[in-house]
Amino acid sequence: MSFQLVVEQLFNGIQLGMMLFLMAVGVTLVFGIMRVINLAHGSMFMLGGYFLAEASTHTHWTVLAFLEATVAIGLIGVVVELVVLRPLYGRSHLDQVLATFGLTLMFNEAVTMIWGREPLFLNVPDALDGSITILPGVQYPIYRLAITAFSIVIGGLLYLLINHTRVGALIRAGSDKREIVQALGVNIGLLYTLVFALGAILAAFAGMLMGPLLSVESGIGDPVLIMTLVVVVIGGMGSIRGALAGALIVGVFDTLSRVLLPMLFGGDASAALVGMAVYILMAAVLLVSRQGIFGAARG
Amino acid sequence: MSHHTRIIFYLALIALAACVPALGDVFYTRLATQIAIYGMVAMSVDLLVGYTGLLTFGQAGFFGIGAYVTGILSTHGLHSAFLVWPAAILVTMLVALVIGALALRTRGFQFIMVTLAFAQMIYYFWLSQRSLGGENGFSIPKRNVVFGFLNMEDHTTFYYVVLVLLVLVAIFSLRLVNSQFGMVIRGIRDNERRVFAIGFPAFRYKLAMFCIAGGIAGLAGALMANHTSHVGTDMMSWQQSGNFLAMVILGSSGTLIGPILGAAVFTVFQQVVSDMSSHWLFYFGLLIVLRILLFKGSLFRFLSAAVPAGQETTAGGGVLIDAPRPAGLETE
Repeated sequence: MSFQLVVEQLFNGIQLGMMLFLMAVGVTLVFGIMRVINLAHGSMFMLGGYFLAEASTHTHWTVLAFLEATVAIGLIGVVVELVVLRPLYGRSHLDQVLATFGLTLMFNEAVTMIWGREPLFLNVPDALDGSITILPGVQYPIYRLAITAFSIVIGGLLYLLINHTRVGALIRAGSDKREIVQALGVNIGLLYTLVFALGAILAAFAGMLMGPLLSVESGIGDPVLIMTLVVVVIGGMGSIRGALAGALIVGVFDTLSRVLLPMLFGGDASAALVGMAVYILMAAVLLVSRQGIFGAARG
Repeated sequence: MSHHTRIIFYLALIALAACVPALGDVFYTRLATQIAIYGMVAMSVDLLVGYTGLLTFGQAGFFGIGAYVTGILSTHGLHSAFLVWPAAILVTMLVALVIGALALRTRGFQFIMVTLAFAQMIYYFWLSQRSLGGENGFSIPKRNVVFGFLNMEDHTTFYYVVLVLLVLVAIFSLRLVNSQFGMVIRGIRDNERRVFAIGFPAFRYKLAMFCIAGGIAGLAGALMANHTSHVGTDMMSWQQSGNFLAMVILGSSGTLIGPILGAAVFTVFQQVVSDMSSHWLFYFGLLIVLRILLFKGSLFRFLSAAVPAGQETTAGGGVLIDAPRPAGLETE
């Protein structure tokens, strides 16, 4: 077990963590403000990949394709919020969970209707191809670094949006006491739509960024969604800081356990532990704190 | 629906189910077997969702454990149903005890996420067992034997065994929710703090119910392994947990019998639509979304088993909303 390997895996872990953070923001915001668990969030991750692949066939400019896909997913987010989510506010958890589950089934099948069941492959943009030396003896792919950098930039912009703009103030106020925000005359419906579309776009970013590393196929968002739920449970529901902390913890823990556990145990035992690692972590966090790391302040 | 008409309705359902093999086509018998098994799981989900107010998204995990225990024991030469099925139930209940003790520390939305995550953990555990075929699972040489004179390989015989078990589980569940234990459980659903204040250890009651529901799902898993002579990880995918919940809502939560009808709707829908389109899941998703958006309450509330006629209060939508609770008033 060399130092170089640890560094490389640490970078991978942070990259996975930042991607989970992009996913977790949407889940935690939609929960914090609308009190809805959106199981269709994984579909936005998947659609991000598909839309980018589709847009890339029309244009050679990666940035343009990226923007096109972003706009498309934003529109989908608006429509989903208006048509499906809006009637669910104030309904039972069972209704909310199942309706968004039904949406996931629909999206998973809709992409196979449009693009077929064969996976699509996205290429790493030329400018980001190759690898660089981050430490003596450690070559690291530029693209993975770029994902991390991009996610950090997005995280920074999100911080500015939430803490230093009027919309951000409404989002913060809405997640604390939405009835009062409404009573003050704020168009809460518009805020809901904006927040949902924002979450959808961030999830799609994660999908677009991961597209070249995975193959884009039906259902790729589902395991990511469940890991995101683990992140939100560990970080604390409704908290963006918690989402960031939870995402980095889960990302690094998952990546390192994939490297370290096979060295300690052999065969099926290690494979089983690797698959279960983040869930065992979640169980451990729940033993210590019911609300996760940053969730204590919220009801 | 009055007590007597409800009994008549149940008996009519059983009689109808018992007549399926008379259609003379083994296809329908097998379909009815699947409905009965899914119905059993859906009923166990309803015990949690409709009666205890615990919205679990992980029942497929317990279903899978029951199936895998059955599969493993059967391939190791243990064929007696009287050994294998109780073992499947016991193992499932033990796992449910551990998972429940952790998951029940949370409530509301968090509980949904945590049960979903633990089911995924079970999924990955079996997925990683390469000696058990990994993702593809493995086949089971022969069905478990209940009595020597019953030929379990005969689909009709097996169907009747499943049907008898379903009726027994249904009777057990109906008696359970109407017992004193069930009253406490329903009290917890409606107002946990009040039940706790009266002096009932709400946490233990919920945990007991979680284990019982897990055990029922485990038995259903054992039956499913026998039914298909094969176990695989797709039995406990998160979609499967969602399907079970969908059966509950297609039937009616809080009625126990409704979810069995929901299982029938699910299975028949799958058969009919997948014949017409390979994208049947799209239409199933649409069915769930439309069901929820268009109908606010339950579809078959008249089936409600625990609420005496004329006293239907907040059943259905209201019961699952967790009112904000002051911090520090935890029940343990």
